[in-house]
Parts: sequence; structure tokens; C-alpha cells
Amino acid sequence: MTNHEQTEHTGAMKAYVIGFILSIILTIIPLLLVLNHMMAKTPLMVSILIAAILQFAIQLFFFMHIREGDGPRYNAMALLLGLVFAVTVVFGSIWIMEFNYVVQ
Amino acid sequence: MVSQSVSAQASGHGHDHGHDQGELKVLGFWIFLVTDCLLFSTFFGAFAVLRGHTDGGFTAHDFDVTGFILETFILLISSFTSGLAVLAMHKGKKNSLIRWLILTVLLGAMFVGLEINEFTNMAREGATISRSAFLTSFFSLVGLHGAHVSFGIMWMIGLMVQLAQRGITPVTKRKISIISLYWHFLDAVWIFIFTVVYLMGVM
Repeated sequence: MTNHEQTEHTGAMKAYVIGFILSIILTIIPLLLVLNHMMAKTPLMVSILIAAILQFAIQLFFFMHIREGDGPRYNAMALLLGLVFAVTVVFGSIWIMEFNYVVQ
Repeated sequence: MVSQSVSAQASGHGHDHGHDQGELKVLGFWIFLVTDCLLFSTFFGAFAVLRGHTDGGFTAHDFDVTGFILETFILLISSFTSGLAVLAMHKGKKNSLIRWLILTVLLGAMFVGLEINEFTNMAREGATISRSAFLTSFFSLVGLHGAHVSFGIMWMIGLMVQLAQRGITPVTKRKISIISLYWHFLDAVWIFIFTVVYLMGVM
């Protein structure tokens, strides 16, 4: 095993451990916030959503290595498009159905 | 001399070609993950819209808090161990790779077991899938995720058998990388189930 490979592996190990610790922290923070009723409803919802999005990003960068690989990152582009669709589907549904609730 | 360089070129090309093919398959799997993301987003959309429609029955406040906290940490740890399996694979340590995969499968099985336990407890209290629109969307969304995890467990067991037979080859390497992507993806989806379904439910 070359020296370069060696450092690459220790680097990867480090990335996994850091990602894992950050994920645990980002799971515990929203848990504590919710179980101890530490905030009003809207800021609480926003905070735990931000924690979820951060943890999602950690999975992508530290565990799924979305930045790795040569050439154009088609996987990242596809994922970005998918996320746009996903957000549109979820928030579009909520928006439409809330309106339905208002007019009923 | 000439034939030597030609054959070197040919083998070099062959190697590059195989490499491209493998990369293409991984990219193909990423595209599957994106479409799976869309599938989950429709289930999330339905849940978000129907979460208040409890019809006087089981509400989101009644979720078993210890149960979902355990499930969350077990899945998170299994995501980490599947990453360690990939690291062991890159170091060429077959036995340690298989051990990390076994640990991942066991944690995955514990997760599914806890989820089945949660579902049966709810059903025993009368909170079945047909009780209310909220429960329909809940069981569909969380059940869809649980079905993905169960499928992943069987897939991983199959790969372990293949690893034991063939060892670490470029093909098994690619397959392990792909299943590890799948497993991390399932944990990523669970983060949102944990937040949107459970935390927002009990708060």
C-alpha cells in the first residue's frame, strides 16, 4: 500500500467518524428541544427542520461522498433536480390542501 | 516491440472501459436513488396533508417516544458501520468487511424488529391502517421505509454470500459500494421521518 493510499484511508476514516459524531449531535439537539418544550411552536419546527437538513447534508458529504469522482458530477446534478421535485411535491401538496381547508 | 505496445494499449483501453462501465453503474444507482427520493416525497406529501385527519382516534401525540428514539440511533449506527465496511473493503480486508456487514445487517434487523413491534402495539390499541387518514398515511410512509430496510437486509446477506465465495473483486467492490450508498440513503430518509412524523408529532 502506497503512502498516498494510506493517508487517503485515514482521511476517509476521519470523515466517517466526524460525520457520525455530527449526526448524533444533530439528532440529540432536536430531541432535547422537542421533549423539553424549549421553544414556541414555529421556531421549534424551523429549528428541527434545519437540524434534519444539516444531517441530510452530512450523510451526503461525509458518508455518500457526493463530491468524489472525476469529471462532471452527474449524480449531484440528478440529486439536485430530484430534491427540487421532492420539495415541490411536498410543499405544493401542503399549500394546495391548506387552501382547500380554508375555502371549505 | 510494436505488437507489445499495441497489446499494452489494448489492455489499457480494456481497463478504462471496465472502469467506465463500473462508474456508469454507480451513476445509474444514484439515479435510482433520486427516483426513490421522489417516491418518498409523494408519501411525505400525503402524510403532511393528512396528519391532522385522525378521526378521533390515535393521534401523533400517542407515539412511543422511547421506541422511535431507539430506532433512530440504531439506524444511524448501522449507517456508520456500513461505511466502515466500505473502508475495510478498500483496505482489502475481506473478513473485517464481512464482520462489519454482519453488524450492519443485525442492526438493520433490530430496527425492523422494533418497527414491527411498534406497528403491532399500535394495531392492538385499535390504531390500524384503515382507522383514519392519518394512520393510513403514517403506516404507508413508515412501512415503505421499513420495506426498503428489509429489502436491503436480504440484499446484504446475498452480497455476503457472494463475498465469501468470490472474495473482493472489482465487481463485488462495486456491489458493496452500491449497497452502502443505498443504506446511507435509507438513513437519510429516516432523518426526515424522525423529524416530520415523530418529532413534529409528539411536540
